[in-house]
Amino acid sequence: MTPESQDKTVASNRSLEIITAAILFTLGLVMIVDSRRVGMAWADDGPQSGYFPFYVGLILCTACVINLVAALRDKAASEQAFLTHSQFKMVMALLVPTTVFVIIIKWTGIYLASILLISWFMRRLGGFSYLKTLVVSLGVSLSLFVMFEIWFKVPLPKGPIEAALGFV
Amino acid sequence: MDELNSLIAGFGVALSPFNLMLMLVGVVLGILIGVLPGLGGANGIAILLPLTFSMPPTSAIIMLSCIYWGALFGGAITSILFNIPGEPWSVATTFDGYPLAQRGEAGKALTAAFTSSFVGAFVATLVLTFLSPIVAGFALRFGPPEFFAVCLLTFCAFVGMSRDPPFKTIAAMMLGFGLAAVGQDPVSGTLRMTYGQVELLKGFDFLIAVIGLFGISEIIQTLEEGLSFRGANAKIRFKTVIDTWRELPRYWLTSLRSSAVGCFMGIVPGGATPASFMAYGVAQRMSKQPNDFGSSQRPQVEGVVAPETAAHAAGTSALLPMLTLGVPGSPTAAVLLGGLLIWGLQPGPMLFTEQKDFVWGLIASIYLGNIVGFIVVLAFVPYFAAILRIPFSIIAPVILAICAVGAFTVHTSIFDIYMMLIFGIIGYVFKKLDYPLAPLVLAIVLGDRTEESFRQAMLSSGGEVSVFFSNGLVGTLTGLALALFFWPFISRLMSRLKSSG
Repeated sequence: MTPESQDKTVASNRSLEIITAAILFTLGLVMIVDSRRVGMAWADDGPQSGYFPFYVGLILCTACVINLVAALRDKAASEQAFLTHSQFKMVMALLVPTTVFVIIIKWTGIYLASILLISWFMRRLGGFSYLKTLVVSLGVSLSLFVMFEIWFKVPLPKGPIEAALGFV
Repeated sequence: MDELNSLIAGFGVALSPFNLMLMLVGVVLGILIGVLPGLGGANGIAILLPLTFSMPPTSAIIMLSCIYWGALFGGAITSILFNIPGEPWSVATTFDGYPLAQRGEAGKALTAAFTSSFVGAFVATLVLTFLSPIVAGFALRFGPPEFFAVCLLTFCAFVGMSRDPPFKTIAAMMLGFGLAAVGQDPVSGTLRMTYGQVELLKGFDFLIAVIGLFGISEIIQTLEEGLSFRGANAKIRFKTVIDTWRELPRYWLTSLRSSAVGCFMGIVPGGATPASFMAYGVAQRMSKQPNDFGSSQRPQVEGVVAPETAAHAAGTSALLPMLTLGVPGSPTAAVLLGGLLIWGLQPGPMLFTEQKDFVWGLIASIYLGNIVGFIVVLAFVPYFAAILRIPFSIIAPVILAICAVGAFTVHTSIFDIYMMLIFGIIGYVFKKLDYPLAPLVLAIVLGDRTEESFRQAMLSSGGEVSVFFSNGLVGTLTGLALALFFWPFISRLMSRLKSSG
C-alpha cells in the first residue's frame, strides 16, 4: 500500500464546514421558535423574554448562511482533509473509551471509572506492563480521593466499592 | 497618590505567610498547567475553583491568579523546547524560539522569554495599579445603556481584532448567547428553551464549557496530531542568563511597544493571543533584518521578546475590565470573575470602595506572584520540561479524569460531565474550522447581564435605540464598538479598492 491510500480522507474540511453551519443554523431556528413561544414583543413591563434571544437566533442564522455559502464556494477546502483515516482512528481510540468512562461514572463512581480509563489507555495505547498500569491508575485515583474527599471535603461520585468500604 | 497608599496596604495583605505559600503553590501549579497539553490557564483555574470555596476570597484569588501567571510562563517552555505551544498565546513564540533552541541556544531563548514575560506583566500591573481606580470611578456613573455599550464593545472587539473569519466569530458568539439564554430569563423568570428537560432549568454553566472547550478538545487534538514529544535540552546555565540579560536592554523599544500592544489588547479585549501575534508582526516590520525573523539560520531573540512581552501584558491587563466593570477581557479572566461571584463578591466599580483589601491585595499579589514565578521558572525549567517526557498514554487519561472531576465539582452534577464531553467535541471541531472559542465562552458568561442591561436600557427609553447615543460617554463606547465591528469589512473593502486601482 502506498502512504496515500493508507491515509484516505474520512471527511473533508468542506463537508465539516457545511455540517457545522447546518447544525448552528438549526440551533438558531430553535432559538427563534422558542422566542416566539415565550413572546418577543413588548409587554407592559418592557420587552418580553423572547425579545433578546430572537435577535440572537436571527443573527446566528444569518451568519450561518454566509458561512455556508463561503464553504460551498471554497473549492480548495473540499480537498483539504478534516480528518485522515489514521487520524480518525486515533481520535476514536480516545473518544470511545472517554465516552464509556463518562457514562459509567453514574454506577461505578468516578474513582473506579478513572482506574479503568487510565488502565485502558496505558495497556492499549501505551503498551505498559500490568504492574506499571496498576500502580499508576491506582495511585492517581487514590491521590484524587485523598485530595477531594479527605483534604478539601468535596464529595465526588462514589460507587459500590466505596460504599462497601464505608464512604458515602 | 491614593493608589500608592492602597497598594502598600495591599502588600500588607499579600505578604502574610499563608498568602505567600498559596502564591508559590499557585505559580508551580500554573507552570505545570501551562506545560501540560489539555490543561491551560482557563480550564486549570476552572477545575481548581471548587477547592477554594471555603477559603477567604483574597487568599483564593491570590492563588488562582498566580496559577494564571504560572500558566503564562509555562506556555513558553514547551514552545521553545518542543515547538508545541502549551497555550495559544505562545504560538508566536515558537517562530523564533524553537529555531533558537535547535541551534543550541535554548537557554538564551528561555531566559529572554521569561524576562520579557516578566517585563510585560510588570508594565501591565503598573497600568492596572494606576488606571483601574480611574476606570472604576468612571464606571460608578454607568447605567444600563453604558453597561450594554461596554459589553457591545467587548464583543465587537472580537470581530474586529480576531484573525478568524468575522462571520465565524459572530456565529460562535451568538451560540454563546443562545446557550446563556437557556433556563430562567434573568428579568422575568420565564423558562426559555428548556423543552421540559429538568437538567436545562439552571442553564449552561460556562465553567463546564471552559473545561470541555479548552481541556477535552486539546487532548483530542494533541492525540490526533500523534505527537511524540522530542525536545531540546532545557538546562540554563547562570552565565547564559547573565549574558542574555546583558543583551536584552538592546530591545527596550520592542519591549515597550509590545507592552503597549499587550495592555491595549488586554483591556479592549482582544486577548493575549492576538496581542502576541500583533507584537511579533510589529517587531518584524520595525526590525532592520525582517527576513531573519522565524528563519532557521538566524532566528532573532527579538522574535521571542515581542510576543512574550505582549502576551503577558495582555493577560495581566485583562483583569482591569474584569475588576472595574465586571466585564472580563479573556476566558481566564472570566473564570476568575466566576470565582468572585461564587465567593460572594460583586465585581464592578463598587469593589474598589467596598472591598479595598481584596482589590489591592490582588494587585499587590500580581507584583509578587510574577517575581515568584520568574524565579521559580528560571530555576526549575528542566524539571518542568521533563513532564513532557511522560508518555501521552498516561497524561491523556489522567487529564481526562481530572477534567471530569472538575466538571462534576462545579455543581456536584453528573449531567455536567456529559456536557463537558459534548463541549469538548464542539471545541475540537470549532478549533479545526477556525471558529474562535474565546467569544463563545465570554458570551456564555456575559449573556444574561448583556441581555438584562439591554432590556433595562430599552425599557427606560421606551424602545428607542438612540439611548445608546444619548450622551457623550455611551455614544463614544457605542461608536467605538461599531467601528471595531465593521473594521474587517472596511479594511477588506479598502484593500480591494487599492488593488483595483
